[in-house]
Formats: sequence, structure tokens, C-alpha cells
Amino acid sequence: MIGLPRTRRRAGIAVTLAAVLALSACGGGSKPAGSSSQAQAVSQADIDKAMTTPTQLTFWTWVPDIKKEVALFEQKYPAIKVTVVNAGQGEPQYTKLRTALKAGTGAPDAAQIEFQYVPTFSITKSLVDLRPYGAEALKPQFVDWTWNQVTGSGGQVWAIPQDTGPMGMLYRKDIFDKYGIAVPKTWDEFATAARKLHAADPKVSMTNLAANQNGVWMGLLWQAGIKPFEVTGADSVKVDLNNDRSKKLGAYWDGLIKDGSVSTDPDFTDQWYQALNRGQYASWLTAAWGPVFLSGSAKSTSGKWRAAPLPQWDASKPTSGNWGGSTTAVVAGTKNPIAAAKLAEFLNTDPASTKMFASQQFLFPATKAVLTDPAFVQEKPAFYGGQQVNQVFSDISATVDAKFQWPPFLDQTVNDWDETVGKSFANKSDTGAALDQWQSRTTTYAKNQGFKVNP
Amino acid sequence: MSRLASSRPRRGVDPAASGYLFVAPFMLVFAAMLVLPLAYAAYLSLFQDRLIGGTVFAGLDNYVTALHDDRLLQGVLRVAKFFAFQVPIMLAISLLAALAIDSGLLRFAKAFRLGIFLPYAVPSVVATLMWGYLYGPDFGPVAQLADKLGLAAPKFLSGGWMLGSMANIVTWEFTGYNMIILYAALRAVPHELYEAAAVDGASAWRTAWSIKIPAIRPAILLCVIFSVIGSFQLFAEPNLLQRLAPSVIDSGYTPNLYAYTLAFTGQQVNYAAAVSFLLGAVIVVASYTVLFVTSRRSNR
Repeated sequence: MIGLPRTRRRAGIAVTLAAVLALSACGGGSKPAGSSSQAQAVSQADIDKAMTTPTQLTFWTWVPDIKKEVALFEQKYPAIKVTVVNAGQGEPQYTKLRTALKAGTGAPDAAQIEFQYVPTFSITKSLVDLRPYGAEALKPQFVDWTWNQVTGSGGQVWAIPQDTGPMGMLYRKDIFDKYGIAVPKTWDEFATAARKLHAADPKVSMTNLAANQNGVWMGLLWQAGIKPFEVTGADSVKVDLNNDRSKKLGAYWDGLIKDGSVSTDPDFTDQWYQALNRGQYASWLTAAWGPVFLSGSAKSTSGKWRAAPLPQWDASKPTSGNWGGSTTAVVAGTKNPIAAAKLAEFLNTDPASTKMFASQQFLFPATKAVLTDPAFVQEKPAFYGGQQVNQVFSDISATVDAKFQWPPFLDQTVNDWDETVGKSFANKSDTGAALDQWQSRTTTYAKNQGFKVNP
Repeated sequence: MSRLASSRPRRGVDPAASGYLFVAPFMLVFAAMLVLPLAYAAYLSLFQDRLIGGTVFAGLDNYVTALHDDRLLQGVLRVAKFFAFQVPIMLAISLLAALAIDSGLLRFAKAFRLGIFLPYAVPSVVATLMWGYLYGPDFGPVAQLADKLGLAAPKFLSGGWMLGSMANIVTWEFTGYNMIILYAALRAVPHELYEAAAVDGASAWRTAWSIKIPAIRPAILLCVIFSVIGSFQLFAEPNLLQRLAPSVIDSGYTPNLYAYTLAFTGQQVNYAAAVSFLLGAVIVVASYTVLFVTSRRSNR
């Protein structure tokens, strides 16, 4: 488990930009979206033939011990041999993947891609549309929002969801009890509690909003129902990062940071781990993979934590966002698209494989079956005082907004966020102005990349 | 016998051929690893590759953009400032250490030499990680010591201190390296000069100032040129410290970091190539300036 969280640092998911490919492929868009599929469905006979022909697949992933799940696949299809390669976690793998694709040699047949990166890779035509291999039929098995995250706006299926990170709040029950703080149900209550806590003990902050963690910010935007990005055409994209609602969200955190009740230490650093262990943060706004991660990295605080949904803007309509989680995608240029597509399908839908992901690698499931599996949701980890933490996050997963989209140039968006909004958190400067800068830098980049940009 | 006899004169006739043969391995690697990539980068810098619209020839557009790029300019000014205060300090320490060892007055000269050189053997990545820990605002030993004494620890990783903190790491790393160059040069100074100085009644300090330092002037110059290149290409240190202080070190903190981010984060490989070439030009100009200034001085 160690390391997994970093992989998910940059939350989320998205769908979309696939539209660009679909529309350009059908040239003129006379056909309705969705029928513009470039590839014909592959017949069952072809599939059977491919799955019984001796084949060598390469699969890039950083899930630890994934060989166990892959072995199940090889058991079912003895003709297929899969070489699992850990090419790095997140960005390092993506860099290698891009290099291999550019070089035209050395790319794997299948690769782990985080949800938020799906549009970034599909726009460069680096992923294979999985519809011809029967991927559309898998949709009912997955939680709706996860499926939307891997679907292009032309209906393409760019990847199969592997694991997710719906966001909730882990909090220190002992600290809350000590200062008489009830678990905040709304963000207003959260702010009141934060100030109360800060007044009572200035060394403890209500939470830490890491100034280097774009993933959390995206998750919070997502929860607030804000749609910062949208693909609006083959070559146009909506970039809307500094609208009134974003600014309201910015001002909310700006206020808490400036009066000191929320800290902004970079996360996943030594400093941050120490602070978690020493009880300097009363809560951690995190994803469904957070509970297992925390129990491994803040052992000294066992039994003191509990899980709850995120505070809400409208308590009558609970919603959440997502931070992290991955998919399995088939990489363009593969000579064995059928076998690779079936690998992606098998790993993420086979009952034994998906259960193994949840129980051995502690991935938070994307399938409805595992999310409602009693063996999964009724676990009572002692670290959380016997609370059924998985149940909490399973319920949250059902409330995640399905319409959130990611930009087709995520790396740049995140980098610009770090240097504008993130910086404003760290320096306690004006977050509203920083949001304007983020908007203008992202817009400039998108225009330089040839997009028409709608505000 | 006859074959041998006939081959001998041929070798004698064309000595140039064997010369080429000897440098061929170097030239091959040089061409493959330096000339070709450079040419390719130059070629790349003339294009623009867009997500929408693909690759188009852009002429010198990338260079024009780069010349007006505020973030690049600020990066260059920052490393110039770094050079201006870090290099004199580092070279002064190196020179002092080299003179001290050369004087023969040190008792454990060998251990001293090894000790001061040792940091150079530590990869700069490891060195930066280590110093990053020492600089840590809460858990670092300096901060903890200050806390025990009831003092405020200096914020090594804050905006105001960062350049100095980085200069400290680089100084720690490269003082030994420069010292070795200077020391080797000192060993090559003819001993007769010292004897003559001694006969004239010069003190050790006077000998150092009037004989040793002027004698190793070319070596000092070499160190300065290396340092120009090193400073302007500063990359590993800011790249690693960025993780500890993301809001202080942005992607344009040094020109190399900027080029790297452009290429691997923004996928703007073409623009990154143009930026790299401009940086190369800046380094050539800076190195030449150093040479020019010093040679004028020595002519005076």
C-alpha cells in the first residue's frame, strides 16, 4: 500500500475529450454522436481465436503484487502470457509512455492510467477505443460516475475503471471530543469548528489543505458542483476556473488559512507525516484509499480516527468528489488489441480479481458488486475504533457527481495551479486573484495548443 | 616477410590515417551523443507541435516568444545572482584549502584533503535530500536545536533564504572538486620560485599572494568557467527542493528547470528546445565575458 496514495495524488476523473477524436473522425458530424465509432465490432470468433493464440502482452502498472490478479487471467487464458512492468508511479510512467509512443517502439499493450489523465492521453490518440471489444456491455457493473470518467463524449470507452477515491473526511475523534466539537455536517459548521479549535489550541489545525495538492482542490470543486472544464467541440474547450462559485470556494479556504485555523503544509512529506502522527491536524479531507494509507503511516494514532462524509454546501443534497483512482487502458499501436482489451476487462470485472484488489491491495472498488459485498463493507478496522469505514465510503461513492470533466492537458493545468492557487494558500495571499491567474495561464496554454477557448 | 616489408612503408607514408583511427572512437561518440542531439534540438526548436493542428513550421517564433518570456528572464537573472555570490565564496574557500594543503604546514594534510573532497563523491541528488532534511522547518536538527534553546529557527526553505540555502548545498558539494584542481596546479609551480622568494625574505603569506596565486591563475580561470556553466545549469537542487517548498520554487525558478517543465509537463518540446538554446547562448556569453575581463586584467 505504501506509495499508492501518491499515485492518486491527483484525483479524479473525467471523460470527455474523446469527443475531439470522435468528431474529427466522422468529419462534419452528420452522424449522431455515438454512432461515429471508427472501429467495427470484433466478432466472437475473432475474440476466441485471439484468446487461444499464443500471445505475449506487456502491461505497465504500479499496483503492487498485481501479478496475483494477472495470474488469474493467465489461468483462464493459458495461451496469453502477460509481462507486468512497473514503469514508475503516475507521472514517471506517463513520461515513459509518451516517450515510447513518440518513438513508435517500446510501448506496452496495456497500461494503468489514472482517471484524470484519460482525456490527456485520449486527445493524443494514445488509447484504443474499447467498444469493438464489447466494453460497452460492462457499463452496468460499474458505479455510474466511474464509467462517465472513462467515456469519451463520442461514446468511446477509453479504459476500464480499476479503483476509485470518492472523498470523505477522516477526523480525530479524541481531538473533537476534547474540545466539544460535533462532526461538522456543513462547511459552515466546519468553519465554526475550525475557529473554535484554533482559539482553544493554536497548535492544532482543523485540517491541512496542502498547497501542493491540486487533487484535493479538484475534488472540492467537484463536490461543489463546479464544472471547470468541458469539451465543447472537436477543437474547443471550456475553461472556467475563476467563476463566482470557484471564487466563493477560494474565499472560504482563504479565510480559514489566513486566520490560521487551517494549515497548508505540503502533503506526503516527512513534515506532513510527522504532523499526522503528532495530532497537529484534527482531520484529513481525503479519498477512500485514505483510511488504509493512514493506518499504515500514522500507526501511533490507532483507534483515534473516525470517518465521515465531507461537510456539505447543501446538507439536504449530500454530494462528493473524487480524488485518485486508476483505470486499465489499451495503448494505441498494440498488435494485440483483443487480448489487451480482455486483460483490462478481466482484471477489473472478474469477481475473484476485483475482490482480490480490494482485499489484498486495498484498492477502493469501482464495481457495484464489491462495493456492496458484505465481506468488504462490514470490515471493522481497529484503527478506526471498529467503525465500518468501507461502508462510509461506499455510501459516499454513490453521491459523487457524475458530470465532472478533466482538461485534455492535465499536467499543465496542475502545474499552473501549483504556481498560482497553491502558492496563494502557502503565502496567505489573495486566492481570488490567484484563481484569475490560473484561468489566464490555462487559457493561454490552451490557445497555444490550438484550442478555441470558451470562458 | 615480403608482406610485412611492404606494409611498413605504407604506414610511414600516411601517418595521418592512424591519427584519424585513434580519434575515431571519440569522434563517433561525440557525433552520436552531442552533435546529433544538438542538431536535432535545433531542428525541433523551429517547429510548434500542438494538440490541435499537429506540427507546423514556426521559423524563429519560439525564440521570439522566449526572448519575451518573463519567467525565463527571471530565471536567468536568478541564476546570475546565484553565480555572483556563490562562486566567489566557493572559490575563495577552495583556494584557501588548496594553499593550506600545499603549504605543508598541516599535520593531517591527507585526511583534510580527502575530507573536503568527499562531498563531491556524494551525488548531488543525495546531497540535496540530505540538506533538505537538515533544513526542515519542524523536524530538522537545526530547527530542533533552535527550539530547545528557545530561539526562532531560520526558515531555510522560505522565499528569502532559498537561494542562500541552495548556494550552501552547491558550495558544500563543489568546494572539494575545485580545491583538487587548484591544488594540482600548485604542485606544478616550480620550486625554484619558492626558494628565490625565501632568499628574498618573503613570508609564507607573501609567497602565496605574489607567487602561488598568480602562478595558478589559469587553473582559477578554469574553475570560474566551470562554475559559470554549473550555476546557469542549476537543476537537481531546485528540482528536489521544490518538493519541500513547492510554493517557493516554481517551475521557472532556474532556466533549466523551466525547460524541463516545458518539455515534460507542458509537452512543449519545441519551445523547450528553443529555451535550451537560448540558455546555451547565455552561458557562452557569460563564459566569454569572464575570459575577456580576466585576460584584460592580466594584460594590464
